[in-house]
Amino acid sequence: MKPAQFDYARPKTVEEACGLLAGDMDARVLAGGQTLVPMLAMRLSRPSVLVDITRIEALGGITLGADTVAIGAVTRQAAALASEVIRDEVPLLAKALRHVGHPPTRCRGTMGGSVAHGDPSAEIPLAMTVLGAGIVFADDDGEEEAFDPADFFLGPMLTSAPMGGLLTRLVFPRRGTAPTGTGFREIASRRSDYAFASAGAQVVLKADGTCAEARLGIGSVGDTPVAVDVAGLSGTRLTREDIRDAVAEALEDLETVDDLHATARYRKRAAARLAELALTEARDDALEQAG
Amino acid sequence: MKTELTVNGRTHVVEIEPRTTLLDVLRDRLGLTATHAGCEHGVCGACTVLVDGEAVRSCLILGVQADGLDIRTVEGLTTGDGTLDIVQDAFCETHGLQCGYCTSGMILAAHALLRANATPDEEDIREAISGNICRCTGYQQIVEAIELAAERMRTSNVLSAGEVVK
Repeated sequence: MKPAQFDYARPKTVEEACGLLAGDMDARVLAGGQTLVPMLAMRLSRPSVLVDITRIEALGGITLGADTVAIGAVTRQAAALASEVIRDEVPLLAKALRHVGHPPTRCRGTMGGSVAHGDPSAEIPLAMTVLGAGIVFADDDGEEEAFDPADFFLGPMLTSAPMGGLLTRLVFPRRGTAPTGTGFREIASRRSDYAFASAGAQVVLKADGTCAEARLGIGSVGDTPVAVDVAGLSGTRLTREDIRDAVAEALEDLETVDDLHATARYRKRAAARLAELALTEARDDALEQAG
Repeated sequence: MKTELTVNGRTHVVEIEPRTTLLDVLRDRLGLTATHAGCEHGVCGACTVLVDGEAVRSCLILGVQADGLDIRTVEGLTTGDGTLDIVQDAFCETHGLQCGYCTSGMILAAHALLRANATPDEEDIREAISGNICRCTGYQQIVEAIELAAERMRTSNVLSAGEVVK
């Protein structure tokens, strides 16, 4: 379990990092290293040079904008979990972060790293998929390009990240003033382990208590996290039957995969149940805010 | 690559290959073998150390990444005269270990928790050690050890095990 040889660079600016990445096809970005270092140890990854971006100050920090919360790529997952801005403005992400790894890996693991890696069972990409958050890359010409999660996550550990580009920040929409409830559920064999199935949901209520907007995403069951259309819940009171019927219809064509841990059939059943639980949790959360 | 590591308050300047993990630097270069090498790919938690006061896996940090960071290992918990610190003592008292392989990681995970939270409940404790695998105890005595250590830290006016900040 020892990595093969590589060089190491620790740039201080985004431009310098992009230059290093653009100049060498086999260069890889090193952020928290909580997934990359095991891949190096198992020699699944053999980069020529690791570009350590964690000391680039411009890539840190959580910024509250008019409609958005921008999270710097090297923000540690533990810092995001402790952030009041994220708790108040992007509550679904705050709930998802509790399921990301465990305390020691969250202390080192970064927000951008989890997204760039593109694991289909990762919680941050699922929260981004539910909320339609943006993924921003910089290149060595100083240009920026933003991606939607639906276009970014292509398959397991496969993304449309531009060659030589550097993920600089994640941009989440802020929740509105209307009651906005969230729910996040997953099943894994052990706490902190990779999930077999996961679901994230957010619902917004109107003043009369009916649903103004419902969003749902499923992770861990297929090649990428997927947003699921539950727009049919709008206008309903989100009763148990409303949720059950909407989930059953929305997940009818959900593609799930078999592996050593769970069959495709099990994953499909689990996804439906978790989706119901997440939507119910979101509804109850919103009703509590509505008083 | 020349790297400056501050370990248990002492600064070492070492010349290391970029591929060398912090775990291997601690054990092989600095002779600090209380940090145990388990799975070496981030699953077992045996190699847990404190970096800037937080529990992290030393097998998942390259030595060169630790340049300038404040690292603490089990060797740094006590003065070296054989006296155990509060958490170590509590592990002995509640039989929180059998073979001892996971113990140094467990103790540092407990330290990180108790620095941030002086009154952890069982759920907090289980969350804090959720990344550390023990194959002997079934975890119950480890949880009891950390509960006992927390109680003693709260009531002690001599905190050899660091400061409780909250």
